[in-house]
Amino acid sequence: MLVYDTKLSSRLLLGTSRYPSPAVLTEAVKASGTDVVTVSLRRESSNERSGQGFFSIIRSLGVRVLPNTAGCHSVKEAVTTAHMAREVFGTTWVKLEVIGDRTMLQPDVFGLVEAARILCDDGFQVFPYTTEDLVVADKLLDAGCRVLMPWGAPIGSGQGLNNIPGLRAMRARFAEVPLIVDAGIGVPSHAARALELGMDGVLINTAVARAGDPVGMARAFADAVKAGHAAFIAQPMLPSDVAIPSTPEIGLAHLV
Amino acid sequence: MKITLNGVEREISGNLLDQALRELGYCDGAIATAVNGEFIPKTQRLDIVLSEGDRIEVVAPMQGG
Repeated sequence: MLVYDTKLSSRLLLGTSRYPSPAVLTEAVKASGTDVVTVSLRRESSNERSGQGFFSIIRSLGVRVLPNTAGCHSVKEAVTTAHMAREVFGTTWVKLEVIGDRTMLQPDVFGLVEAARILCDDGFQVFPYTTEDLVVADKLLDAGCRVLMPWGAPIGSGQGLNNIPGLRAMRARFAEVPLIVDAGIGVPSHAARALELGMDGVLINTAVARAGDPVGMARAFADAVKAGHAAFIAQPMLPSDVAIPSTPEIGLAHLV
Repeated sequence: MKITLNGVEREISGNLLDQALRELGYCDGAIATAVNGEFIPKTQRLDIVLSEGDRIEVVAPMQGG
């Protein structure tokens, strides 16, 4: 998968939040085979300095970081957070979130487009967390985004892909744009389905972190993503409304 | 001078952002700063003069999805 001229060997991106321990996070990242982990910025206590310890763990993993703007509800907050992230993490990549609804954590697509334009103009490489809305997608591309991250379902819900026709339409309309499903995936079959539809990748966090065995689940997601993409390349059969016998009818013995 | 650091009122003696950060325990490390909601790049911390009641935010890497 090629994103912003960077070749990624894995189509699975992994979040770093909600793991039972840093050791489990480390093992899960390794088991997933991912090239990219998402991170955030939060207030740092001068006594605990917990952010420094976390950052040293992330650096030891040897993967790219994709900082997010999670929790930002306005363009200004998101743009300021992106600038802070660029300085701290030393990357122009940013997973842009401008949240519009506190209950569903649905993106504010109006603010998202505005923030994306500001950041793209300022040299950021923006990964916008968006819906499957084609008009919004078009405006994000016009703003300078070269990757889109449509949601599967509300963040952390584990519901899977709530609008498969919408994702399919997005794939058809933006054939050349990397599409990474972000949010809502609960089990590996959801991820496999996304890749079967032609999505280029998935970003998973809670489904791995909150599994009974996060390391085992990271491995399962890695397998699912590979299987789903292989299936897409192999061109799945078209569904039919009626049964089509798989065993030949020609030559059937006349036994009545 | 009283300022607010990450939502908590603090007393500082120096009036430059860089001085305040050192005084408040942020000598080094991967941090980013904002004053009154505006991002202040690391290279400008020596130039920013603080005023009474300024709101300083100091953030660092954290887990994220």
